[in-house]
Amino acid sequence: MNRVVITGIGVYSCIGQNVDEVRDSLFKGKSGIGFDAIRKEMGFRSALTGILPVPNLKDKLHRRFRNSMPEEAEYAFLATDEALKMAKIDDAFLDNNIVGILYGNDSTARAVIEGVDVMRQKKDTTLMGSGSIFQSMNSTITMNLSTIFRLKGINFTVSGACASGSHSIGMGYFLIKHGMQETVICGGGQEVNPYSMGAFDGISAFSVRENQPTKASRPFDKNRDGLVPSGGAATVILESYENAVKRGATILGEVIGYGFSSNGGHISQPSVEGSARSLKMSLKDAGISVKDVDYINAHATSTPIGDMFEARAIHEVFGDAKCPVTSTKSMTGHECWMAGASEIVYSLLMMQNSFVAPNINFETPDEDSAKLNIVSKTIEKNIDVFLSNSFGFGGTNSSLIVKKVK
Amino acid sequence: MSNEEIIEKINGFLVDEFEADINLITPEASLKETLDLDSLDFVDLVVVIENNFGFKAKGEDFVNIKTFQDFYDYIIQKVNQPA
Repeated sequence: MNRVVITGIGVYSCIGQNVDEVRDSLFKGKSGIGFDAIRKEMGFRSALTGILPVPNLKDKLHRRFRNSMPEEAEYAFLATDEALKMAKIDDAFLDNNIVGILYGNDSTARAVIEGVDVMRQKKDTTLMGSGSIFQSMNSTITMNLSTIFRLKGINFTVSGACASGSHSIGMGYFLIKHGMQETVICGGGQEVNPYSMGAFDGISAFSVRENQPTKASRPFDKNRDGLVPSGGAATVILESYENAVKRGATILGEVIGYGFSSNGGHISQPSVEGSARSLKMSLKDAGISVKDVDYINAHATSTPIGDMFEARAIHEVFGDAKCPVTSTKSMTGHECWMAGASEIVYSLLMMQNSFVAPNINFETPDEDSAKLNIVSKTIEKNIDVFLSNSFGFGGTNSSLIVKKVK
Repeated sequence: MSNEEIIEKINGFLVDEFEADINLITPEASLKETLDLDSLDFVDLVVVIENNFGFKAKGEDFVNIKTFQDFYDYIIQKVNQPA
């Protein structure tokens, strides 16, 4: 069995457009949430969203690449470019080694809608343009990045709802651990446009605290009223420990545990039993006990039901261990398909810089969150091991454990 | 629309949409080689023609278009064709 380490991270999110900006925002407890007026015109219950600019890649990529890329692929390109540079993986390495990609994504709403709009209006498919098909497929991120970076290894998209990004890292870990790949680009991307979130808004999942955007995402707080959608992309470069040492790469952390489960129940309602099984499996895979975990990055999205179930699951598994718990979604909103990957990046930044980022807006505990050690202000703390949860619609659960390599 | 206006419009979208170097666009230069067009790019050429001139070019129309001048002549002829 190979040890699996992280040698590069990159991120493009509403709390920063690179690792340094994001680290500072996490430390300061800065919210990236704002009000998007166009959503009200479109009939949204809530116009709250993570606010981030769509990048202009004209100077970075040939038009033929850009033509096939929806916004989520553009975010993923920037995050991956940053991560590869951090990992010191250059063009020569990519050309001479088998590097794979497993990236989380679960929608391409804008590309599909805009393409179909042209077809309906013009009654012609050619006029949809050549980029529409490549932008519209759910595997758009992996098909674009594998082309741009000339990747020759494993190459597919992981669609596991809001656990997509986490499962992508889990699957990359599995392949490297078992010797089937040496290096895999993992991550998650999430489009931020209103088209992608209308139906989610329609089931009353979003916070309507529109008069206080930065207060709206309040995981575990008694007065939470829903999540705030967000997006961007985050990339994690996984490779075998042996390979990383051989080429002198800086090792940022080691993935030591992956747990997963399916609730086998309701399509949107989580389950304590299913979540707890994922947590326990990751701990067993890592070969550690709950006392060894220094920080838990919770999935908690700020919905009344979801946070309650997760608080109960964490308490069931961790008991009174009082491990610090925060949900960085209090700052970022719910980055959905990206979240499982971005939260590994956020937690790694905390581990590297010895602090726990706050669960902002956690003001009043409820019956379940009161049983956890939820940190509402930044604390300085050495983190040797962290655990990150991700849960998604359909009852898909993923838990990852990362350890500092000394 | 005059022929000069049509040519100016074509060069405009070739620079904007296809990021062509205006200095390389000469009447006798090869359209395909200068713009480095592949089969997918021809689809997008059909789209920009429709957006700018309101008619849909067919794939076979491009068979005899070799140079920029051929391309200009083709568009001018289609634009001036009685509806």
